[in-house]
Amino acid sequence: MKRARLTVNPVVIVLAALTALFFVLPLSGLVFQTPWSRIGSVITSKTSLDALQLSLIASLSSTALALVFGFPLAWILARGQFRGKALLRGLCTLPMVLPPVVGGIALLLAYGRKGFVGEPLDSAFGISLPFSLPGVIVAESFVSMPFFVITLESGLRAMNTRLEDAARSLGANRWTVFRRVTLPLIWPSLAAGAVLTWSRALGEFGATITFAGNLPGVTQTAPLAIYISQSSGQMAEAIALSLVLVVVSLAVMIGTRDRSRTS
Amino acid sequence: MLDADVQLRLDRLSLDAELVVDAGEVVALLGPNGAGKSTVLGALAGLLKLAGGRVELDGIVLEEPAKHVRVVPEKRLIGLMFQDYLLFPHLSALENVAFGPRAHGMDKNQARSKAQAALDRLGLTAVAAAKPGNMSGGQQQRVAMARAMVTEPRLLLLDEPLAALDVSTKTDVRRQLRSVLRDSHAANVMVTHDLLDAVALADRMVVIENGGIIQAGTPAEVTARPRSAYVADLVGVNLLRGVARGRMIELDGGGQLLTETAESGSVLAVIQPSAVSVHRARPEVAAETRTNLWAGRVGAVDLLGDRVRVRVDGSPSITAEVPPSAVDALRLDDGGELWAVASAADVSVYQP
Repeated sequence: MKRARLTVNPVVIVLAALTALFFVLPLSGLVFQTPWSRIGSVITSKTSLDALQLSLIASLSSTALALVFGFPLAWILARGQFRGKALLRGLCTLPMVLPPVVGGIALLLAYGRKGFVGEPLDSAFGISLPFSLPGVIVAESFVSMPFFVITLESGLRAMNTRLEDAARSLGANRWTVFRRVTLPLIWPSLAAGAVLTWSRALGEFGATITFAGNLPGVTQTAPLAIYISQSSGQMAEAIALSLVLVVVSLAVMIGTRDRSRTS
Repeated sequence: MLDADVQLRLDRLSLDAELVVDAGEVVALLGPNGAGKSTVLGALAGLLKLAGGRVELDGIVLEEPAKHVRVVPEKRLIGLMFQDYLLFPHLSALENVAFGPRAHGMDKNQARSKAQAALDRLGLTAVAAAKPGNMSGGQQQRVAMARAMVTEPRLLLLDEPLAALDVSTKTDVRRQLRSVLRDSHAANVMVTHDLLDAVALADRMVVIENGGIIQAGTPAEVTARPRSAYVADLVGVNLLRGVARGRMIELDGGGQLLTETAESGSVLAVIQPSAVSVHRARPEVAAETRTNLWAGRVGAVDLLGDRVRVRVDGSPSITAEVPPSAVDALRLDDGGELWAVASAADVSVYQP
């Protein structure tokens, strides 16, 4: 259906254009400053490849952890009825608004070598999280999983649970109801939550460097590598890696936007 | 056959209703808003827990709290049709209808052909591939009907099946529903607040009020002898309650009612509004004609098709049906005093 074109106030148009420029200019600067002639060798350097690979593994692992552990939490928050639910939700989603470096400190105090959980864990099982890949994953999960929980919870809340009653009256057991009714209906928020979580994990910096350190090839993710390159004057490396992250993020944003529109 | 004693305790409501419905029989459940009609369906379906009593279907106990028996909804062999249909929005009409057979373990192709046949039967062939969001209200209603019945349930529960339809589609869908129910071998329980639906579709009516059944019987019985103000309003007749002394009733709310038949004790009396006439001036009434004459004031005036219903507020208050021309002739919209007249011969009296 064609709608009549709305006349928009010119002031609004100018302000909107300025805002758009505010976002587009730095990104285009990145593109113009990219050392295109040696981008291949810069990106395929061992430091860059290690960092990208680490980032990919850690961010995908965090997303997988969110799916496995964040799902039940979102379910409880959406459907459960118990005292202190608001408090629980607040605590579990606090990392969304907390400065990531504070999260990193908190992680160190709990799960670090001398932490009140980390120390017994180390002496009993020899498990030590800081300065290891699992440590990176823990740091990224701590910061990014709340996005999954919150998004999925609102999806679960928005769903009409009486549709599940209808399915049960038609002979579907709980698993069938979940698989054929609940899951398809919350799918958009599940996917959106996973993408948000993944992109937040990919960009994680503060908590990771505080809790897991900055060991090239072990815990140095792409954002860390970019920061180190930039502060040691290797701008070409910093720009090239940044460009990779921009391209990947942009592709994901556009891809998920289109998919959510068709569903 | 359904044999149930549904006892429920909800927020403000304590409900106890016994329902026996034969296979192939259609029972309409009526009652004012909040009487717990839909709640009874939810309990029979197993979506709500009984507080007491029992539900038995074809000799199998589905629920009996005293014996800790409770069959989960998906194992009850029921069909449940919701007032708002609750079609799965992400599935096509065909997939919605095939959902039940699939859930009962039928393979995909078989379930689909069974669903297709059910849709064809209701004239829904064209919308088989459509999602509920792209169907009309009438189509959604019939898809919901097909979905609830395709599993050949032993107990079919219909919650206000026609309430969400507009008047023009209602008649068609009601006709279809009637033919489907006539062929059904299930015990059918239908919640409705529409007397016409009950009369057209049901073999028996059961009226729930104040947490219990206050009246049950064939539509003819219930409409001829309403036992509560709710039913009388539904049927559209004057229901008066009082104590009979021979051919005269002392009405509970004050006033008297002359009758032709002699009764004694507590009785109910029904007068059709069409048997009541109204006058501005006190009419001359000869005592030997046994005519009831009441004074009152003009109350609510409602247009009902080509007739007008006038409430005469007095003791008793009585509703009369007059032609539209009388509104003008009697200046009913001005309010004021009015006389209502009804012959004793038009009063039907029965024991409560």
